[in-house]
Amino acid sequence: MASIDISNVSKTYPGASAPSVSDINLSIRDGEFIVLVGPSGCGKSTLLRMVAGLEDITGGEVHIGDRLVNRVDPADRDIAMVFQNYALYPHMTVRENMAYGLKNRRTPATEIESRVAEAARMLELGPYLDRKPRALSGGQRQRVAMGRAVVRQPAAFLFDEPLSNLDAKLRVSMRGEIRRLQKRLGTTSLYVTHDQLEAMTLADRLVVLNAGRIEQVGAPLDIYHNPASTFVASFIGSPAMNLIDAEIRGSSLHIGATEVPLGSMQAAQGPVTAGIRAEDLQVTGHGLPFRVDFVEELGAQRLVHGHVEGQPLTLALTPDAALHDAFHLSIRPGALHLFDTRSGRRLPQPESGVFASRVLA
Amino acid sequence: MNRVRPFDHFVLILGTLFMVLPVAVAVMTSTHTAVEIHSHGLFLTPGGHGAETYATVLTRQGGFTGQVTGTRMMMNSLILGIGFAVGKIVLSMAAAYALVYFRFRFASFLFWIIFTTLLLPLEVRIMPSYQVMSDLGLLNSYTGLIVPLLASATGTFYFRQFFKSVPDELLEAARIDGAGPFKFLIDVLIPLSRTMMAAIFIIMFVYGWNQYLWPMLMTTEERFFTLMRGIKQILQVWVGSQIPDYNEAFALAILALAPPVLVVVVFQRWFIKGLTESDK
Ligand SMILES: Nc1ncnc2c1ncn2[C@@H]1O[C@H](COP(=O)(O)OP(=O)(O)OP(=O)(O)O)[C@@H](O)[C@H]1O
Ligand SMILES: [Mg+2]
Repeated sequence: MASIDISNVSKTYPGASAPSVSDINLSIRDGEFIVLVGPSGCGKSTLLRMVAGLEDITGGEVHIGDRLVNRVDPADRDIAMVFQNYALYPHMTVRENMAYGLKNRRTPATEIESRVAEAARMLELGPYLDRKPRALSGGQRQRVAMGRAVVRQPAAFLFDEPLSNLDAKLRVSMRGEIRRLQKRLGTTSLYVTHDQLEAMTLADRLVVLNAGRIEQVGAPLDIYHNPASTFVASFIGSPAMNLIDAEIRGSSLHIGATEVPLGSMQAAQGPVTAGIRAEDLQVTGHGLPFRVDFVEELGAQRLVHGHVEGQPLTLALTPDAALHDAFHLSIRPGALHLFDTRSGRRLPQPESGVFASRVLA
Repeated sequence: MNRVRPFDHFVLILGTLFMVLPVAVAVMTSTHTAVEIHSHGLFLTPGGHGAETYATVLTRQGGFTGQVTGTRMMMNSLILGIGFAVGKIVLSMAAAYALVYFRFRFASFLFWIIFTTLLLPLEVRIMPSYQVMSDLGLLNSYTGLIVPLLASATGTFYFRQFFKSVPDELLEAARIDGAGPFKFLIDVLIPLSRTMMAAIFIIMFVYGWNQYLWPMLMTTEERFFTLMRGIKQILQVWVGSQIPDYNEAFALAILALAPPVLVVVVFQRWFIKGLTESDK
């Protein structure tokens, strides 16, 4: 078990004009579960593979424990990796697959046997030990891949979208299994996914990447409640946060012809992007005029899609709420996020006031 | 769908007869004496002299020096066929491994160079090849017989395509599992290539077994003669006034036919697997 320190790490692929990952700084504590999340192509895998040693580091340093590993072979970094397509050796049985890494390290046979047995018990792979991967289901293969990582008892686990090839239901249960296993073993983990739900549920801390840079680092709820930018706001949370063009004049926010008083004089003046989560909107007698376009029933929730002042907006209602063609909405106190329109960065937030709005005549 | 279609069967039976009859004729004829064959032509019924003909063919000391028997020729052919097939597999696998898994300059250029050698079969470069072997003092040796035939673009090509289809993650997983380049080849790639190797072995063994021109050029000593030359040797007696040993020629032809058939029968399960199923 060990901490991982990533300092000023960049990666430019040979022949590429721009770096795929630039200037990443991240300190991972011993035993922490870190999830890297971001859209496709943002450099998650690249960063992970640099930690694994599968990709050369073009700039910066990676430490595992107190050891600089930039030039260390993947085999000697004391890490184990789980791949999206499992990467099991097709010609070896489950047992051989798990034992292969240990055998190459000249672990005594009795030790190998006991570790494989232990991992098989933990992952409920006992009945399949003598099967080839071909004869296993996707979920079982994924468990073998995890078993292969577990038996090594490495300083860190690296996961690259390990659940993407599974169906939705299995993904949820495997997600729980990974979390349980990691808690139990206390092994430092770096986990890549583009699924924000997976990221939220697994992470001790979340790292949101965008175009090769860190957009925000923090506990999942922290990020959910205080997104550092419009990018994070739209990426984390489902449905995505509503982002609306608005303008601050004095102590109120103007959305089209509607005015939302913010309670006090604002430091930022002029155009802003206002972020409001779907569940932070309440139906009231007066306020933001909302026209319904269509409704999505989720069972526990009802998502109402529509427009406010010509801008798209999504609203989450309880299923028993009455539906009309038009509503008036108010924003839950303290739930308004303001972002700079141009840079997308978060602005100092208004004091929690009552955001009942008033239509200007 | 399962209706019996007489016409289909008729075509199939006809095809089978077409393929099998010549072999059957050869087998049957080889069991008669040379005199019978000379006077009656080919036979479709078994004669009574099979055992002695085959025994003679396999054990009689023939040729000018009396050094060569059928067994000996058969062994030479086997050495050529197996050495050729195994050598080709080893060599082309090593070449493909280097081309696919090692980053070096001009790798794809080198591959195309190798590939263009397809345009230059042995028959085209037979004189220079002979010259080289002769300068190296390798005439009349198994090495000289086999080595010049080994360079193989096809084998390299097949293995390259196969290695390219092996997912990169497998290599990466093996690297993390502490397998170096050699261990990865032995522990992962070779087991995965088994069916591929079986397929190439069949093709190459038959090709090596059937070599005629090159062995004839390379070997002048009779103890290096292969079966293919032996058959011709027997029929050459024609120049004299005696009856050629037709029966022995047929027996030898059957003997020359048997090993490739055996190889195909033994390896065909893997061969078909290698062509149709990928084990990745
Ligand atoms: N071998 C490579 N050579 C050149 N460019 C590459 C290479 N691998 C990745 N890239 C580029 O680097 C960027 C980051 O790729 P990366 O694979 O890290 O994305 P990712 O965040 O893992 O995406 P995904 O969620 O789709 O897996 C991409 O723009 C990609 O085109
Ligand atoms: Mg990726």
